[in-house]
Amino acid sequence: MQLDQLYQEIILDHYKKPRGRGLREPFDTEAHHVNPTCGDEVTLRVTLDGDRITDVSYEGMGCSISQASASVLHELIVGKPVPDALTRVEAFTELVGGRGQVEPDEAVLEDAVAFAGVARYPARVKCALLSWMAFKDALARAVDPSDDNSGEIKVGA
Amino acid sequence: MSATSTVIPSGMPQYEGQPRFDVAKIRADFPILDREVNGHPLVYLDSGNTSQKPRQVIDAINEHLARHNGNVSRSVHTLGTEATLAYEGARAKVAAFINAPSVDEVVFTKNSTEAINLVAYSFLNASLSPKGDPRFTLGPGDEIVISEMEHHSNIVPWQLLAERTGATVRYLGITDAGRLDESNLDEVINERTKIVSIVHYSNILGTINATSRITARVREVGALLMLDCSQSVPHLPMDVVAYDADFIAFTGHKMCGPTGIGVLWGRGELLAAMPPFLGGGSMIETVAMSGSTFAPPPMRFEAGTPPIAEAVGLGAAVDYLSAVGMQAISWYEKQLTAYALDALQAVPGLRLFGPKVPVGRGGTLSFDLDGIHPHDVGQVLDAEGVQVRVGHHCARPTCVRFGVPAMTRASLYLYNTTDDIDALVLGLEKVRKVFA
Repeated sequence: MQLDQLYQEIILDHYKKPRGRGLREPFDTEAHHVNPTCGDEVTLRVTLDGDRITDVSYEGMGCSISQASASVLHELIVGKPVPDALTRVEAFTELVGGRGQVEPDEAVLEDAVAFAGVARYPARVKCALLSWMAFKDALARAVDPSDDNSGEIKVGA
Repeated sequence: MSATSTVIPSGMPQYEGQPRFDVAKIRADFPILDREVNGHPLVYLDSGNTSQKPRQVIDAINEHLARHNGNVSRSVHTLGTEATLAYEGARAKVAAFINAPSVDEVVFTKNSTEAINLVAYSFLNASLSPKGDPRFTLGPGDEIVISEMEHHSNIVPWQLLAERTGATVRYLGITDAGRLDESNLDEVINERTKIVSIVHYSNILGTINATSRITARVREVGALLMLDCSQSVPHLPMDVVAYDADFIAFTGHKMCGPTGIGVLWGRGELLAAMPPFLGGGSMIETVAMSGSTFAPPPMRFEAGTPPIAEAVGLGAAVDYLSAVGMQAISWYEKQLTAYALDALQAVPGLRLFGPKVPVGRGGTLSFDLDGIHPHDVGQVLDAEGVQVRVGHHCARPTCVRFGVPAMTRASLYLYNTTDDIDALVLGLEKVRKVFA
């Protein structure tokens, strides 16, 4: 059934038992993103040690897809070097924006391959991307403090 | 329809005393109700968002485009004349439908949003002009009153107007029961108030606001009154004289008509005092290089080629609704709403927002289910063929008032049945299972 493709066990598991949820200190940068069409929001913090991401902490409210994707992001990114993290962000963005035409690389995306089903529901793509865009934004400023982005970005309506 | 547990006190109008229609016959008029969604029969519970269209409306639009297409108000040829007659005929139908004293008080717009903006911009334009009519001039110290229950389309235009003129926007609140809080009415609407713009039938809580106290206070302080009737005109008999409003706004696509056509009704003397909104063809009296003069209403506010086929479609929708009878429609929906309120309130974990009884409320039912996000609720329901709206419903302040980021909304219309409500309730069981 179609619905099972969207709500895979992995997604429901991350939704019900989110990994790494809660805002922690210390952190380098923080980003707050909202989805104006549904009011979902996420606040996300990035902590770096040199070139390595030592923590991604987050707090937010939203649907199962947006909350599970934040949990998966935490699991995939923490402990990774920055270039590796960016590769994963790119792969995830490509997967969920791919209208179901992109074959996910499990070595890169691990649990995030479960979001392949989201790509078939255009109305839900923004839910899946919310925390990933916040992460990308916070990371950009953590790596380059001269980046003048305010961290207050609205995902296009 | 089965009996509901809601008993109307004796001495009040009873369900049995009201005109009726055959809902099976109505459903046969709406081709889309035959289709399946995700392998299930379509259960359309999103008419508050946009209504479905009967064959009579679809045919009228097709017939116009196929046989009578021409531009309006500017051609001497036969097709142009036929198109003009059809367009002006639609205006006359709309005027009669809302009991407008004059056909010239009906201005066609793109939608309700444009109708509200038209009035807000009239205030701005009058305020910028030394010859602006004092009823429409705003400045620091003047006040605009709206409510916490408004759709964004009845908030943002007034906020923009206030920012640009130095006026202040004030709000009537919402009670816990989902009614308009009139406890401080006399304080919020006062001698500084220039315009009060209030929703007649809330698109999110389903509340139908009693307007007489507001109207009385507006008259007392000499302000103007606008009613956002986007959700009421499709469902209730409307009589602009009886409501004693100065302006009402509504839209075609929520009342069985097409998208792209809306209506501003305004009192004739007020429309005549309002400066133009959009400039262009059709809205002028004469144009010279040194300046222009403008046509009287409604043409003054209909610059450019209007949505002609859409107006014809709206006229056909008005004919359709009138033939069924607005009184019959409102009582049918009242009965259906009573059934839905009973059914939904029996669902475990369901929290209904807005009035809990089918009095002073319509069939727009917003709820939370066990804290499960409305996107997830809507997605599972869609897999069962049940179409509901999820999100903040363009009424974010109302969501904030009730402490939720979003709600799930089922909204009823004349073609819905108790079977549709049963399908919704079964779908909600499924939702609870997936997210248990």
